[in-house]
Amino acid sequence: MLTVYHYLGLSAILFALGTYGVLTRRNAIVIFMCIELMLNAVNLTFISLSSYLNNLDGQIFVFFVMSVAAAEAAVGLALMIAFFRNKESVEVEDFNLLKW
Amino acid sequence: MELLFFYLVALVAILSAFMVVKCKNPVNSAISLVMTFFCLAILYVMLYAPFMAAVQVLVYAGAIMVLILFVIMLLNLGPEMMERFQHGVVGGAIVAGIVMIQAVMFVNRGEMAGISGDVTRDQVLEVGHMELIGMKLFTEFMLPFQIAGILLLIAIVGALVLAKKEV
Repeated sequence: MLTVYHYLGLSAILFALGTYGVLTRRNAIVIFMCIELMLNAVNLTFISLSSYLNNLDGQIFVFFVMSVAAAEAAVGLALMIAFFRNKESVEVEDFNLLKW
Repeated sequence: MELLFFYLVALVAILSAFMVVKCKNPVNSAISLVMTFFCLAILYVMLYAPFMAAVQVLVYAGAIMVLILFVIMLLNLGPEMMERFQHGVVGGAIVAGIVMIQAVMFVNRGEMAGISGDVTRDQVLEVGHMELIGMKLFTEFMLPFQIAGILLLIAIVGALVLAKKEV
């Protein structure tokens, strides 16, 4: 019998994988993709609980999460292009302009 | 049968998410991420949310991933970048393991509570998911919807300004 706990467990695993990627990768674009993975894990939680509780509010939330993720993608990738133009790299270890 | 299908889709989703984290080449990571998004769209259909599945495929697997792939191709990262593609593996694994154990414990020990709403699966099938979402979005959530529009406009302007040659 398929329960809501299966979906929640799957989204926990996906979220943990995304966390691992954010912490270990060096390429900023891949870190960005791992953040998208974490956002999607949370979206899965929202939709499974919304379906379980017979309430559409969670799915509206997912809609807004998606629009914020689209805005984030546009701005974040523009930032990466601007950074690459200055430093010829997108590795996070080169992102040290504010470090002392 | 449904459970078997769920396990199949979940297995593919987890494997491709693992590939996102572990592939050396960012392009391979991006393609694996598209696979994960499609698996999540299948799960949304299984959860009686077909409109969210369509939006997932259109927005995530379509728009956002194309944008990311464009940037990867545009930046043209060399092979020396792929040699040292990760750092702090042990620490990251410990933190991610703690996050996963905590989330799974929370799910297993917790009791699912909450007041059940009135949008049952039969109603979704009868009225249509898109109509129900639209009714809610344009009445109850009208102000957040408009704010999301303003946010997207600001994001367009910000991206243009940031990516311009001389600011």
